Amino acid sequence: MTLKIGVPSKGRLMEKTFDWFGARGVTMARTGNEREYSGAVQGIDGVELVLLSAGEIPRELAAGRIHLGVTGSDLVRDKLADWSAQVVEWAAMGFGHADLIIAVPVAWIDVDTLDDLDAAAAAFRAVHGHRLRIATKYHRLVREFLMLNGVADYALVDSQGATEGTVKNLTAEAIADITSSGETLRANHLKVLSDGLIHQSQATLFAARGADWSAQAKAALAGLGAQLGLPAPQIDG
Amino acid sequence: MNPATRAEATRLHAALLAAGATAVEADILLPADTLLDLYGEDIRARAYITTDPLNGEMMLRPDFTVPVVQAHMTSGADPARYAYMGEVFRRQDSLTNRAREYMQVGYEVFDRNAPQADAEVFALFSTLLKDLNLRPATGDIGILMAAVKGLSTTDRRKAALQRHIWRPRRFRALLDRFAGRAPIPTARADLLQRLAGDTPQALITAAGPLVGLRSAEDIGARAEALIEDAKAPPIAAPEAALLYDLLSLEAPSKAALSHLRGISPMLPAITPAVDRFEARLDALSSKGIDVQTLPFEASHGRTTLEYYDGFVFTLHGPNDLPPIASGGRYDALTAVLGAGRSIPAVGGIIRPGLVARLRGSA
Repeated sequence: MTLKIGVPSKGRLMEKTFDWFGARGVTMARTGNEREYSGAVQGIDGVELVLLSAGEIPRELAAGRIHLGVTGSDLVRDKLADWSAQVVEWAAMGFGHADLIIAVPVAWIDVDTLDDLDAAAAAFRAVHGHRLRIATKYHRLVREFLMLNGVADYALVDSQGATEGTVKNLTAEAIADITSSGETLRANHLKVLSDGLIHQSQATLFAARGADWSAQAKAALAGLGAQLGLPAPQIDG
Repeated sequence: MNPATRAEATRLHAALLAAGATAVEADILLPADTLLDLYGEDIRARAYITTDPLNGEMMLRPDFTVPVVQAHMTSGADPARYAYMGEVFRRQDSLTNRAREYMQVGYEVFDRNAPQADAEVFALFSTLLKDLNLRPATGDIGILMAAVKGLSTTDRRKAALQRHIWRPRRFRALLDRFAGRAPIPTARADLLQRLAGDTPQALITAAGPLVGLRSAEDIGARAEALIEDAKAPPIAAPEAALLYDLLSLEAPSKAALSHLRGISPMLPAITPAVDRFEARLDALSSKGIDVQTLPFEASHGRTTLEYYDGFVFTLHGPNDLPPIASGGRYDALTAVLGAGRSIPAVGGIIRPGLVARLRGSA
């Protein structure tokens, strides 16, 4: 059985992933015509490339259908319950940086910290009759963060895209989303809470604890590790 | 469902009925909005939520207390005692072997004689589970709440502390700040300085376009509150020290009572709550509980789902098991669910699956 490695199937994340492996002597390339999702690995034996949507890679890792996978650390932490019991972070890859943050309208002069957000949420609920809504697609990460920090009287509302626009559109009062430069936030009159950094994400090479680690797969992993200059991941325990 | 668990549940349920309770049933599928309103977003991490095409979000029963209180508030007698048995469902967000579905047998007492009712529930559970040599833990959130109410500080600070009684970490952070033990955050200090020279409205306008539902009035009102708070002196050091002391109080019940009596002159607001504590100990004692040794922790029960506001208790088995039984007083919950009416209430649950395991039948 070959070692299956799941890699984002398109865009900059795919290109950067190919570059990262290429720089370490492992050549990845798409094969067939440009619309066909198939790829090949050269420079190492027993490794099979599986092209997947970056958003599906956490699930495939958890199911053990791929041995290794490249995706954002934010997606793994948000989509997998108890993520570190299911996958191992083998290598942080140094690209795809994005911060998951909490942002509020820039005109909220009274809100700079989570403590302020909590107090504003209590007053908001008393005045408006419903909890202060925070739009996000990162439900698990945001809820765990707010629970840990003792913020109450908020409600998460789902937003799968254009999250920065929800406040202006009156479907949320604040947002929790990823940002790299902060330009979109500024353009939508939002500011980041000073202690509102939930997670610093980057593209990461993960290993699935629950994959079929046959002798062959382990041998291929050892070969890949040697080629990449990485110590073997601690898959068991 | 393990047959031994069901047999144990039936046996415990029968014992509660024999103690004078009326059997009560509750739906498994509950409307989610009441529970979300009570517990907030945190409950989503602990309960299974599903959607009904017509009724919206529904929740698999995470506990019986809320539906039993609702049923009592619409049609109950006064006083009333209820017993129930059935499955509850708890979402688990980690790969532990914690149960996602388990049986509860419960007992809820709606009775205006609070100390007697507290003692009744605790003594009944202790007797039913006597052979298991469980380790009891007790507390009283009412004493903590009374201490907060009695602080010589602004109503706003007291309300903020009261709101976070069940979130020890934020409670502590607030107390540290109100007591002057933690510095004012720099951004807050900057804002206060700017508010000294400008109106909130001018600062809001200068900050940028205001988007969203939270209005300039909302922001202005909080800015005024911050100005007021900055003018208020810190909670006096001796008083703050008493509260810190209270938060960490752990002692056998009788010794805890003496300690509380000792600090009451300096924190007179807790006296009625301490009187209730003493009345409860007397009631427990008359029911055969040894209150010389019964452990008491003032902060016990603060991390549970937030509705307990008085006596709280847990009966622990061996360390690798979750609590075998737990419960407490929830007077405020009956007011929230009672549409203008309220009645003192106390109750608790036993997990028959764990009891069966300890008795070696499962």
